[in-house]
Amino acid sequence: MVLKGLMTSDAAADRVVPPSGYTARLTMFSAATMAFLAVFALALSLSAGRVAQEWGEALARSSTLRISAAPEELSAQTAAALRVLETTPGVEEARPLSAEEQQALLEPWFGPDLPVDTLPMPQLIDIVETPEGYDSDGLRLRLSAEVPGAVLDDHTRWRRPLVAAASRLRLLGWVSIGLIAAATGAMITLAANAALAANAKVITVLRLVGATDAYIAGAFVRRFTLRTLGGAALGTALAIGAILVLPDAGEAGGFLAGIGFQGWHWILPLVVPPLAALVALYATQAAAQRVLKELT
Amino acid sequence: MIELENVAYSYGGGELLTDISLGLAPATFHFLTGPSGAGKSTLLKLCYGALRPTGGHVRLFDRDVTQMDRDAVAISRRRIGVVHQDCQFLDHLSVAENIALPLAVSGQDSADERANLRELLGWVGLTGRADALPPELSGGERQRAALARAVIMSPDVILADEPTGNVDWEMSQRLLQLLVELNRMGKTILIATHDLSLIRAAKQQVQARVLRISKRRLQLAGTDL
Ligand SMILES: Nc1ncnc2c1ncn2[C@@H]1O[C@H](COP(=O)(O)OP(=O)(O)OP(=O)(O)O)[C@@H](O)[C@H]1O
Ligand SMILES: [Mg+2]
Repeated sequence: MVLKGLMTSDAAADRVVPPSGYTARLTMFSAATMAFLAVFALALSLSAGRVAQEWGEALARSSTLRISAAPEELSAQTAAALRVLETTPGVEEARPLSAEEQQALLEPWFGPDLPVDTLPMPQLIDIVETPEGYDSDGLRLRLSAEVPGAVLDDHTRWRRPLVAAASRLRLLGWVSIGLIAAATGAMITLAANAALAANAKVITVLRLVGATDAYIAGAFVRRFTLRTLGGAALGTALAIGAILVLPDAGEAGGFLAGIGFQGWHWILPLVVPPLAALVALYATQAAAQRVLKELT
Repeated sequence: MIELENVAYSYGGGELLTDISLGLAPATFHFLTGPSGAGKSTLLKLCYGALRPTGGHVRLFDRDVTQMDRDAVAISRRRIGVVHQDCQFLDHLSVAENIALPLAVSGQDSADERANLRELLGWVGLTGRADALPPELSGGERQRAALARAVIMSPDVILADEPTGNVDWEMSQRLLQLLVELNRMGKTILIATHDLSLIRAAKQQVQARVLRISKRRLQLAGTDL
């Protein structure tokens, strides 16, 4: 009902309140800024959520078995470990890393010229779990009996705080969006109050010629809602543009590389302008009702 | 249509009006006189619900104003045309838009009404000033515009506060003519004025009752006018 009144823009009703370019520009600027911030908070929130989920899944489903032994025992122990892993429920795949792969892992630290074959290197076995996962305590127990040089690194020790941090970041993002919405409401309320006070005479005259509260409030509500919608649309467009041209941080960027929207999430920032307009509508409506009551 | 019963009013100090009873029946014509500051404008404001009586009852179209909310009072004003002493225009709207304001706020902005507006502008001699802004008008032009706005909704009652205060004799006769004609069409007219010659001129055309505020009370003025 309110929205319908908004759409059937009444040119005469919009003219009864004198235009004020200054307030209009300030309202639009604030709405644009808030929308810009909201879109970034949204991107941050969604990215943090995505990262939390990806890290959670990827880390949870892969673990590493490290076998340290004298070079002559290494292959026997590796074979024993693989036998154990093959019969462990919850292990989908167990694969010993080749010498090249191990060298690639070490390269960032020691450079490409490391003579891996001449060093006493542990053998690494990459374990991929089934979605159900395996019982890591049980596996450790069996390994310690059959493969004395094996150490199971199941990442859980450092996975949890990372995922927790990403989840917290996501929560903070949503809290920010809530605060931005509240601040937008407060700002529109201030602007609407100022406009209503500045137009006390207009309101008096409108009352004298038979205008109802709804008509008078509508003239202000329409104006502030449309201004906010326009400003928020601008801010949203700028924020989306800024996200689109974010330099690609690449694989090494980790979390940074993930900031932005993916797939259907691109629809979410488009909800920001109408949501801002809705906040403005209710804020102005409330302000108008209060002022009209005082101006009896 | 508008009834005042033992109405008293005070702006906070002593009582300005005491024990006022007045009924404005359909198609009647009234004048309200009294010295400056006697409370003529105040009485008119009571008659259109802009002020609430501090004593007694005011009824607009059979409803007690003290029991009407803001919207109800506003809506009842669509049936009461008021020429305010200080005109009450919106300075950022043109004269034509100001005159059409009652139509706009009541959602009656049709083509029919537009034609009506043009005719009305001609009537009050403001056709050439339709697009001017109110501050650009002379005192007399403002009052003519105010009268046009008061009658545009073809209200049942017209309350005019000094409608001829700033116009010359000829124009005041034209305005009176318009009000007399409206009265013949069945409208109720109440004019607050100091201008005794206006009252005399009106009495030659219609049966008018002359009321006078004196010592806070309303009296029927003598026939010596
Ligand atoms: N809003 C107000 N607050 C306080 N006092 C007021 C207010 N309006 C009018 N008065 C006082 O009430 C008295 C009557 O005012 P009112 O305007 O009704 O007189 P009036 O008969 O219309 O006078 P005039 O012929 O000069 O127009 C005056 O003394 C005026 O000062
Ligand atoms: Mg007066």
